[in-house]
Amino acid sequence: MLKKEISAVLRKSESWGWVLEPDAQKIFSLYGFKIPRYGVATRGEQALAIARAIGYPVAAKIVSPAIVHKSDVKGVVLNIRDDATLLATLARLQTLDGFAGMLIAEMVRGLELIIGAKNDVQFGPMILVGLGGVGVEIYKDVSLRMAPLKSRDVDNMLEELTARKLLAGYRGAEPVNLAALKKTLLSFSKLMMDLQDRVESVDLNPVMCTAKSCTVVDSRIMLKK
Amino acid sequence: MNLKPLFEPRTLAVIGVSSTNERHPANVIFEKNNHRYPVEVFGVNPRGGKLHDEPLFERIGDVPKKIDLAVIAARADFVPDILAQCIDAGVKSAAVISGGFSEGGRADLQERMAAIAREAKFPFIGPNCLGLFVPFRVDTFFLPIERMIKPSPGNVAFVSQSGGILVDQMIKFTQQGVGMSKAVSIGNKALVREIDLLKYLLTDPATRVIAFYVEGFGAGEGREFVLAADCSPKPVILMKSGKSEAGHRAVSSHTASLAGDYTSFAAAVAQHNIIEAADEQELVSFCEVLSSYTQPIEGKIGIITGSGGHGAMAVDACAAANLTVPAFAAELQDRLRGQLTENVRSIASVGNPVDLTGSAVDDDFVACAKILAEAPEVDCLVVLLLPYLPGVTLDIGVRLSQVQKQFRKPIVAYVPHVEKYNMMIDGFELNGTPVSPSIEGAVLMAKALARKKPC
Repeated sequence: MLKKEISAVLRKSESWGWVLEPDAQKIFSLYGFKIPRYGVATRGEQALAIARAIGYPVAAKIVSPAIVHKSDVKGVVLNIRDDATLLATLARLQTLDGFAGMLIAEMVRGLELIIGAKNDVQFGPMILVGLGGVGVEIYKDVSLRMAPLKSRDVDNMLEELTARKLLAGYRGAEPVNLAALKKTLLSFSKLMMDLQDRVESVDLNPVMCTAKSCTVVDSRIMLKK
Repeated sequence: MNLKPLFEPRTLAVIGVSSTNERHPANVIFEKNNHRYPVEVFGVNPRGGKLHDEPLFERIGDVPKKIDLAVIAARADFVPDILAQCIDAGVKSAAVISGGFSEGGRADLQERMAAIAREAKFPFIGPNCLGLFVPFRVDTFFLPIERMIKPSPGNVAFVSQSGGILVDQMIKFTQQGVGMSKAVSIGNKALVREIDLLKYLLTDPATRVIAFYVEGFGAGEGREFVLAADCSPKPVILMKSGKSEAGHRAVSSHTASLAGDYTSFAAAVAQHNIIEAADEQELVSFCEVLSSYTQPIEGKIGIITGSGGHGAMAVDACAAANLTVPAFAAELQDRLRGQLTENVRSIASVGNPVDLTGSAVDDDFVACAKILAEAPEVDCLVVLLLPYLPGVTLDIGVRLSQVQKQFRKPIVAYVPHVEKYNMMIDGFELNGTPVSPSIEGAVLMAKALARKKPC
């Protein structure tokens, strides 16, 4: 059973076919995923209040039903360190197509992974994990399984990645908390089974993983037509 | 649905037999079953008449015996009614050979037919298919008897969405000495689908290996199929076509772009303990080895060869297939060397691969195979045999097969497949040891044995 808030968000998003980032983040947070602290502003004083509450540096991202790929329109600005840059960013984002707000979020660091799902016609929900970031479709270092994932499936998926050495802590870097990553994948698989009638595909990209935890930094939910 | 009458009919009706056109597909089916299979055959044609001396019945209901299997080869428009008449007459199953349904823009006819059958729990194969071939039992293929290559009876069942691929594969099974229990062409699979046949074949005592050729599953059917296969104690092998992604569909998420149709297919299949064969050669190799050996291996390979080059090629193929070729400790090497004939002892390398050189005789191969069959370091032997070596005789196949049976450790052999060496190949295959025509093929056979335990 879907929680009421989630059903409401999905219904609202149907008219443009995908879920806006703040709403998607809300869904993941309701399902117990760790997400960065964030707020959405349309005006300057709002933006400043949110940024100060979170504490600089922050990331700012366009919220618009017309813009699925935010980076393509320079709709993502990272590492904003002061009020002036924040306000200038807001002024620029306000001019983009369909501006509905600017999402201001805590900057999170870690190993960039992608966790995704696709509702396959023949096999139903499929879960993907791999090396994330903007290069994901270039390196294609991903592993794919049919949901619901069993614990053994998750182990095999991570073992299959070329990036498994990065997860284990490559050349002195801290290893990623594999238990947290595994837990994230298992809850994601469960969520996708719950959402399979409504959702076409999902990208959590990036998911930032550290020695402590995995945080869903950006998410996109495409709905079934 | 009870599928047994499809595969074990005692009475067969062929609907659509012509009294004037001897080349009609229904006539071919009528003739071959009438004279060569242990089924009682009846011809049906709405105009009645005779075929040679046999009466043709106007309606299926007029046939004086209860029919187990009706083969329907009439025009598509008539088929839903004929199917309904079969059900009324108490026929137990059908194979609809006729085309002209969803593949020809008449999905409505197909849907009507499926609805009628579903309501009556009446199993039918097809439409647009060849139907079934069960060695020494029944054959609904409309291919003239003199043109068909029929594999010997065995324990491999093959279910194919394409009739052409099925018939071709039967030729390859025959060439490779693989025996079949059932061959099924399911065509448009309006009612009986892969999942139904998988479930039936799992209970079929004649079948030990279940192979499929699949173009695609219906919505949600892939999931149902892989979940059933995951728990199958019999190995399930699958060959897929339509792997290239159709065009560049606009996909708006990275995941949808990275997890294309075939990528998802391959992932779901591998995850659920199904062995995917990349091509027809692999399909035959996998069927052959899995019909010979049932116990799974971890994948620690011992290689015995008469040529260093062959050994090196096999090592590379093992690496590519994620199989290990463990180096042997000095103690095991000493034992191997100790058993070799005098000429070979000083020139062989016994590290793994065990290269017995061109001077090897049968006794050298057999002695090494026996030692390795007992050695825990390896769980499968790949023997690369060069029939042109002067010391190797025709007895080698049966002798190595005895080792394999005695120690219950799988052996796969490579022997070049040319007519001249057939008797050597038979020595292996007729004694239960699979033989591949290529080094890579032999290694792939070993790989197929490295199958996980069912779910």
